Amino acid sequence: MEYFEIIIAGIFVNNILLAQFLGNCPFLGTSKKMETAVGMSMAVVFVLVMAGVITWIIFHKILDPNKLVYLRTITFILVIASLVQFVEMFLKKSIPALYAGLGIFLPLITTNCAVMGACVINIDKELTFLQALVASFAYAVGFGLALILFAGVRERVLLARVPKPLQDTSIALVIAGVISLSFYAFQGMVQAVI
Amino acid sequence: MAKPIYQEFTKGLWKEIPPFRLVLGLCPVLGVTTSVENGIGMGLATTFVLLCSNILVSLLRKVIPSKVRIACFIIIIATFVIVVEQVMKAFVYDLYNTLGVFIPLIVVNCVVLGRAEAFASKNGIFRSILDGLGIGIGFTLSLGALGLVREFLGKGTITVWGEPFFEGPIVNLVESMPSFVPFEFMVQAPGAFVALGLMLAVMNLIPSK
Repeated sequence: MEYFEIIIAGIFVNNILLAQFLGNCPFLGTSKKMETAVGMSMAVVFVLVMAGVITWIIFHKILDPNKLVYLRTITFILVIASLVQFVEMFLKKSIPALYAGLGIFLPLITTNCAVMGACVINIDKELTFLQALVASFAYAVGFGLALILFAGVRERVLLARVPKPLQDTSIALVIAGVISLSFYAFQGMVQAVI
Repeated sequence: MAKPIYQEFTKGLWKEIPPFRLVLGLCPVLGVTTSVENGIGMGLATTFVLLCSNILVSLLRKVIPSKVRIACFIIIIATFVIVVEQVMKAFVYDLYNTLGVFIPLIVVNCVVLGRAEAFASKNGIFRSILDGLGIGIGFTLSLGALGLVREFLGKGTITVWGEPFFEGPIVNLVESMPSFVPFEFMVQAPGAFVALGLMLAVMNLIPSK
């Protein structure tokens, strides 16, 4: 039950994009077409879960016992950057079909603050290992859900006549606000740990 | 290189002011601007990291092999982020807690990495310092401006660096005008997107030159 609550909280209540504002650059950058949005979402689910687990282990088994907590930021970014490289090489060699789909989005993930942010939040909220695993998954799914919904609306807006100053990024942000408003309705649905 | 040197500084203040003209680094822009104070604090922290990383990248630009340059830039930036983190934890602990996860996330702020890649790795140290300062101050001003709009509408107050210098908010509509009801939407999550979107539209109305 506890893990179910974490999943609901991660996907809807504390959606990483719309309620916590993490990962907005890829949110605006890859949402112009549905295909790129789906590719990016898949890549994020893949990397975020792995990064969440690995950074949790490194923090609690290496940094914390050795009193190196202040090195958290630099360790995490290095772990994420090398993880992304590793995943890229692994996919290229063994699952070329998936690599072709995710290909160009993988390098972008290194600078996606949703990944780094989720890892830091997992540590800050003092989650246990299983909680961190479930929370990372929920955050990633929430990211994908928001991104795909947003891309769907944005494809339609391309056909609409938007006033000149509001065009492109500006109208996209207003739309994001409206989607965020609809996610706001989930506020208070669960009182979970994350 | 024909551009006069002062333009490296002034372009960051208007022509290339980060979140508006260059749409980069949006996460802190949306996340922390619930008040002027938070916005400016975040802006100053980012400016420090940007300035230091610009200086170091510019100094090392001939040493760093181009194939691993991004990794090197990220390590340089991460080092300065740790410095900021520790200093803020020691001296402004309340602000550090409010900004929370956004301080370590300066590492992945596209503005900082973008300037290292696009400017500091190609230009001399003096120009890089001016560029870092200009873009940093521009970023701080934009965060402050968005914080001002959101805090004023959403809470009816304007707080400029609360405790050390002033007691409480300098403007407080809720107290001075009892009939005023704050437009709370603005300080909540959806308001951030809408406020930034509308501010971008206003900036688009004004031509950049």
